[in-house]
Amino acid sequence: MSEKRSASKIDRVAMPEQDPKVRARNFLEVPTGYTMEMAQAEAERCLQCAKPGCVQGCPVSVDIPGFIDILTRGDVSGAVQRIWLKNALPAVCGRVCPQEIQCEGNCILGKKGKPVAIGNLERFCADYVRENSKDEALPEKQPSTGKKVAVVGSGPSGLTVAGDLIVKGHEVTIFEAFHKAGGVLVYGIPEFRLPKDIVAQSVNFLEQLGVKVDCNAVVGRIVSMDELFAQGYDAIYVGVGAGLPKFMNLPGENSIGILSANEYLTRANLMKAYQFPKVDTPIPIGKNVVVLGAGNVAMDAARTAMRLGAESVKIVYRRSRAEMPARAAEIHHAEEEGIEMCLLTNPTQYLADQNGRLVGMECLKMELGEPDESGRRKPVAVKGSEFRIPCDLCVVAVGSGANPLLTSDTADMKTNKWGYIIADEKNGKTTKRGVWAGGDIVTGAATVILAMGAGRQAADSIHDFLTFGW
Amino acid sequence: MFPIIRREEMASGTIILNEIVAPMIAKKARPGQFVILKSHEEGERIPLTMADTNPEKGTVTIIYMVVGKSTAQFRDLKVGDSFQDIIGPLGKATHLEKVGNVVCVGGGTGIAVLHPITRGLKKIGNNVTCIIGARDKELLIMEKDMEKASNQMIVCTDNGSYGRHGFVTDALKDLMDAGQVDMVVAIGPVPMMKAVANLTREKKIPTLVSLNPIMVDGTGMCGCCRVTVGGKMLFGCVDGPEFDGHQVDFDELNMRLKSYREEETKCYNEYCTMRDAQ
Repeated sequence: MSEKRSASKIDRVAMPEQDPKVRARNFLEVPTGYTMEMAQAEAERCLQCAKPGCVQGCPVSVDIPGFIDILTRGDVSGAVQRIWLKNALPAVCGRVCPQEIQCEGNCILGKKGKPVAIGNLERFCADYVRENSKDEALPEKQPSTGKKVAVVGSGPSGLTVAGDLIVKGHEVTIFEAFHKAGGVLVYGIPEFRLPKDIVAQSVNFLEQLGVKVDCNAVVGRIVSMDELFAQGYDAIYVGVGAGLPKFMNLPGENSIGILSANEYLTRANLMKAYQFPKVDTPIPIGKNVVVLGAGNVAMDAARTAMRLGAESVKIVYRRSRAEMPARAAEIHHAEEEGIEMCLLTNPTQYLADQNGRLVGMECLKMELGEPDESGRRKPVAVKGSEFRIPCDLCVVAVGSGANPLLTSDTADMKTNKWGYIIADEKNGKTTKRGVWAGGDIVTGAATVILAMGAGRQAADSIHDFLTFGW
Repeated sequence: MFPIIRREEMASGTIILNEIVAPMIAKKARPGQFVILKSHEEGERIPLTMADTNPEKGTVTIIYMVVGKSTAQFRDLKVGDSFQDIIGPLGKATHLEKVGNVVCVGGGTGIAVLHPITRGLKKIGNNVTCIIGARDKELLIMEKDMEKASNQMIVCTDNGSYGRHGFVTDALKDLMDAGQVDMVVAIGPVPMMKAVANLTREKKIPTLVSLNPIMVDGTGMCGCCRVTVGGKMLFGCVDGPEFDGHQVDFDELNMRLKSYREEETKCYNEYCTMRDAQ
């Protein structure tokens, strides 16, 4: 132990990354990953706290000191198995979790210096095992219970539920509306942040365990939830995400060259339109691009536009830097790649040419006033500050709402006034017997790991139901 | 995979019919709904309103005009070949109601979409007149089917090569002048639907149109298919595809349909060159 304490004085091992100038024009992953030496050096920094704050900060309670300790001994496979006990998607979470407010945010080393790079280590373990072992060891499955579970949506929460329940001996079928499984991991998060072969591998892993994945299956259209019960399913988990794009409702919004972030990113990621015309789906290539909004999705859209060859990309946001909802690391990466932040700027109108194509945005300068109901200082327009930003592409990334396609087909599953499904916070039970829900369709747009946490709780509750009853 | 079991060429090979095995969709689909098709791994998702379904056989039928690379790829599929993906049934079904005298106006491949709706309207007791049109006799499709699906039929060609010489709107105007028309359903090219809506607006005849905006997911997730109806932004995929023709901003729809015109032309030309070289 004393050795480790002294080791903690060494600096956090920096994650090697592609050079910003180079990566701003390609779709390869930005961080290139630790080597074994780097990972072990970083693992040595962990103090192995008796009461680890990191575990408390993790929504799925991964045994973080445990896997790091195994890693220091060079047993990467053992380390990843320790993570798997709580988290089936370490390669994904190591990349996209907001560690700075979760595990790493609670790391004792962070009080005086930099916290242990838990995300980087998690990613290393998952990648190393995926790349170096021929046959992935499958977790042991319980004997078949004869019970059938339908999982609607193959995003992070649906995949978690499927993985948890298949090993408990239940029969699991995932229904996915798109032609490819993975949900937001496939259509939303860009290749340069989360390579799609990692998502495919995670889905494939579940299929090897016996999970059936039905793509092109829009539940609520091709089959209703009651029909699923009639077909012999004993329980249904709904994890369909918050798939309804929000627009600004400004004049000129239907001009050509204005896309929701959902559309822009789906074209780029799911349809791989960045390879057009090698693939058949086109995507508008903007010369001067404006992205409205300042969350992680806005950063993804801005960085995608840059990679597609834009001359300028601007984030337009009505509040100040302090209120930007994106992770600091994402903002940092975006700025390194040359994306400009037009803060305290509020768009008021889209401007189009005679063919209906976007040519610019009319904006107002803002200043911060009194705090509003969200606790953030309310932006107030500066009189007479109208100005124009020329642009030929605008991506609207101001959040998403609840898609009513499934809920409107299922009257006895109650929703709140915003259309999100009402579900028990502790176990995910909805108002409809035999149906659970979790992830963004319950909470509104949140993170991958929170959706996985909700999936885990629901899976436990579904297992209880299948074993003991409602 | 979704195999093609019947393939027909219509209108001198510019319009293709595919009957495709998709039992789950066939069982659920109702007139007016659409599917999204993708022929291969790197293909585009193309929305097409179903021309027919056969729940017993487990098939859906689509009829489409070859207008770009993706529809050209569809055309090149033979009987026994498969679409990689079909998603559906999507969109709202037509609200079929007995109202009295109904006129169904169809142009181009819109006639295919109009067919099951016409049949449905007649079946529940409406007196259905259909007016179908094309630029030229060679481009006219489904004449016999439409005749069977309706009580009476008027055929028009723009150039007078067959049937009545003139536009479908001319024939509709005559019908409106001659007697009571309680409802109009118009499906076809945007300018045709716009002209029909303009004609029926004055006499306040309820007019249903089926729109074909560009889509990606078809489930209300992306907003690509947004249309302005009655001054409100709606989504073609989940709020439609059918709307009150008097409320639709057709000019905006027409404009938005040209969003990718340049890319589409380039892609199609390259595909044709490649194909001819083989």
